[in-house]
Amino acid sequence: MTRQTLSRRLFLTRSAALGCSLAASPLMTPVTMASAPGENRLVVLILRGGLDGLDAVRPYGAPEFDSYRGRLLDTAVPGELDLDGFYALHPALAPLMPLWQAGELGFAHAVSTPYRDKRSHFDGQDILEAGTASLDRAPDRDGWLNRLLQGLPDAEAETAYAIGRSDMLLTRGKADVSNWSPDAALPLSPQAEKLLDMVMHDDPLFRDATAEAIALSQISLGLSADAVEGEDALDSSGMMGAMQDSMAGAGKKGGLDEIARFAAGRLREETRIAAWSVNGFDTHAAQSKRLPRALTDLSDTLLALREALGPVWEKTAVVAMTEFGRTARANGTGGTDHGTGGAMLFAGGALRGGRVVGDWPGLAEADLYDRRDLMPTRDVRAHAGWMMRQLFGLDTGLIERSVFPGVELGADPKLIL
Amino acid sequence: MSFDPERAAIRFGCGLSPRIAPPDSAEAMLSQLTGRDRAAEAFPVPGFQAAVAHYVAVRAARKALRATKTEADREAKLKARKKVERAMSDDGSRWFASTMLRRALTEDGFRERLVAFWSDHFTAFEQGGPLRFSHVTYTEEAIRPHVAGRFADLLRASATHPVMLRYLDQSRSAGPNSQAAERREKIGGLNENLAREMLELHTLGVEGPYTQTDVRQLAELLTGLSYSMKAGFKFRPGLAEPGAETVLSVEYGGNKARLEDIYAAFEDLARHPATARHIARKLAVHFVSDRPDEALVDAMAARYAETDGNLPEVYAAMLEHPAAWADQPGNIKQPVDFIGSSLRALDIVPRALPSGKYGRMRRMFFTPLQLMGQDWGRPAGPDGWTESDAEWITPQRLSARLIWGMTMPYELRRALPDPRDFVETALGRRVPEEVRFAARAAETRAEGIGIVLSSPAFQRM
Repeated sequence: MTRQTLSRRLFLTRSAALGCSLAASPLMTPVTMASAPGENRLVVLILRGGLDGLDAVRPYGAPEFDSYRGRLLDTAVPGELDLDGFYALHPALAPLMPLWQAGELGFAHAVSTPYRDKRSHFDGQDILEAGTASLDRAPDRDGWLNRLLQGLPDAEAETAYAIGRSDMLLTRGKADVSNWSPDAALPLSPQAEKLLDMVMHDDPLFRDATAEAIALSQISLGLSADAVEGEDALDSSGMMGAMQDSMAGAGKKGGLDEIARFAAGRLREETRIAAWSVNGFDTHAAQSKRLPRALTDLSDTLLALREALGPVWEKTAVVAMTEFGRTARANGTGGTDHGTGGAMLFAGGALRGGRVVGDWPGLAEADLYDRRDLMPTRDVRAHAGWMMRQLFGLDTGLIERSVFPGVELGADPKLIL
Repeated sequence: MSFDPERAAIRFGCGLSPRIAPPDSAEAMLSQLTGRDRAAEAFPVPGFQAAVAHYVAVRAARKALRATKTEADREAKLKARKKVERAMSDDGSRWFASTMLRRALTEDGFRERLVAFWSDHFTAFEQGGPLRFSHVTYTEEAIRPHVAGRFADLLRASATHPVMLRYLDQSRSAGPNSQAAERREKIGGLNENLAREMLELHTLGVEGPYTQTDVRQLAELLTGLSYSMKAGFKFRPGLAEPGAETVLSVEYGGNKARLEDIYAAFEDLARHPATARHIARKLAVHFVSDRPDEALVDAMAARYAETDGNLPEVYAAMLEHPAAWADQPGNIKQPVDFIGSSLRALDIVPRALPSGKYGRMRRMFFTPLQLMGQDWGRPAGPDGWTESDAEWITPQRLSARLIWGMTMPYELRRALPDPRDFVETALGRRVPEEVRFAARAAETRAEGIGIVLSSPAFQRM
């Protein structure tokens, strides 16, 4: 990938502009952002672990639903969570009901990536992020969000940030995306900085990361550019203490909320695209206990985004997608195993929400994929592709050839206002 | 290219040390590996029962706290709970210190690397709670004794260890027609988690010739693998699905559930050509290169097949192959390798580590490891740590390595070595000229040491 290497001065100037919110930023999840022309914003959330679409958006109107799940999973559908007489929202998503009522929340059901049969998380996530029709194990493969950036005529390299300690395949590729993390502090002498540059120079992997790594090391205490430039040397225990403090912050429940607020801050300015992950959806056991935690993270993220985006929420579309759905039937341990078809979520003021789109395939045994999973009737890429077309005016040919090679876009679900 | 002592110590061992000579031949490495485990004797780590003892104590203290009625009593019970939790964390730190001291001071560095490799291959751990350090005991009991044995034994030992049975939900899985299910016991029904990962990650590999039906059948076959906190692994026929199961076209078992049938499937999975290939490639990727020479992988897979997965033979095939010694820049050290080889190059003494003090160990090791991207013993999923060099050297993670290298050596030994000597100790005969220059030109000893430890020449294997 091309990593934008920032000069230290420029870097510090930018970080100073962001102020102290950085010091509190969570570190566990990378956020990637990029600027793009126009006023519309796209946020992509990757739900890792395989979200059980049949639990998040419950097709309670399907005659088989209760018998598949009733014994081991909570399938209660309080009236206030009813969406349209057929689907109902998982209780943990209840805080999102006002968005649904305002037309700012929607779902697509019975969708999946083109990935089939092996049901591996790792391959499933790879295919979801690569946006390809089949698995490509090439080490230099890129992600669809990066190819989207490449397809936008006036996309600029500036304001492309990744926060956290690793990057995502989703955003990897030729278009510039730089990494940023407030984790750690290291006051280095100018001499040491020069020498580090020198020893790193002949190894491209290190050379590309060093300048930014050094800059990162120096902003993490929330120091202003001036303080770093000055003589405020810290003893080593203070430094490591700060590392520890920032880690402790990352472990707290507020982590995703902080990420959403940080992303919103950038999206209110030049940034047009942001992406990060929400984890914890692999619910093999005790799903009634575990899934609500992950769904609450998702719902908190959306609500924090809406609040922090302010008026920009009107121009924002969020799409949340996962590597696969889960089995139609509960397994023996109050959970569900890896499946195929699932659900994706849309939110935002730019959205024509209040709907669950999709061709419902039915849950009768013969209608299931492999007699076990919800049958996918549409490619998640088709929905994402239409959103990009409408948000950024992208040409359908470009979407079908480059961003999502081989996708059949099909009929327009008209997700965007 | 052929065997080279320093390269052997760096690429296949725990790095160079001013005190311990590198191995002088591949035969010497293998004979140490199959001999006595002296590092484990010198720096012991206990088995699962030690983790269970903490579990029992912490649970009892939490229960006592919940039962309190008066404010004074609450105070006392809260203190008692904190004490047992602290004892658990301090012990976890001691176990970590042992694993690091083994790396720093062993003469048999290949063994430590193999233990880490296989422990990652068969990833199992607890996310948190009173068993949160049990992964160390799992590695010690299920992995370490078998790294110089047959792959099939490693597979069996991991798949029957309580930590694995818990991690991949196996101990909660019961056949839909098992006695337990018929009696409607709380235990529930089938769970595919271990069966799937066993095929996808532990044996055949994701590209292996298995189907969803094989996953399902293996999940049914594995029912009955269970444990108790007191006794450890336990086979419970009451959980087992009656009847035979067919995995990869081979039928196992009959009416009566027997552990031997499960073990027979382990033997067959271990013997499968796809497993030979998967294991050979994974070892080559881990030790030699993200993109290993196909001839190297072929040679290792062939040796695996010829010897029925006898691991020292497979390692020998790797060490005998010229591609293993190629002069290319080697893989990036994972954070534990980086820290372990730093301790070794710095020639630290065991008492330099605040081994039984969780707070200090966290500040010096656990938090930095997390920041480098390797939360010790807890990868994101059952596929373990990434082998991709590029993922370890992102700006954020590199900055954590820089900070550790610049600051921790000073905390570990106040009398830092002269960077001009240290650069030769740490890098051996292949010191790049610019690193030698930088070590000499640094303004302080700490920065000089930090630059050497941060240099690609030290960060790579």
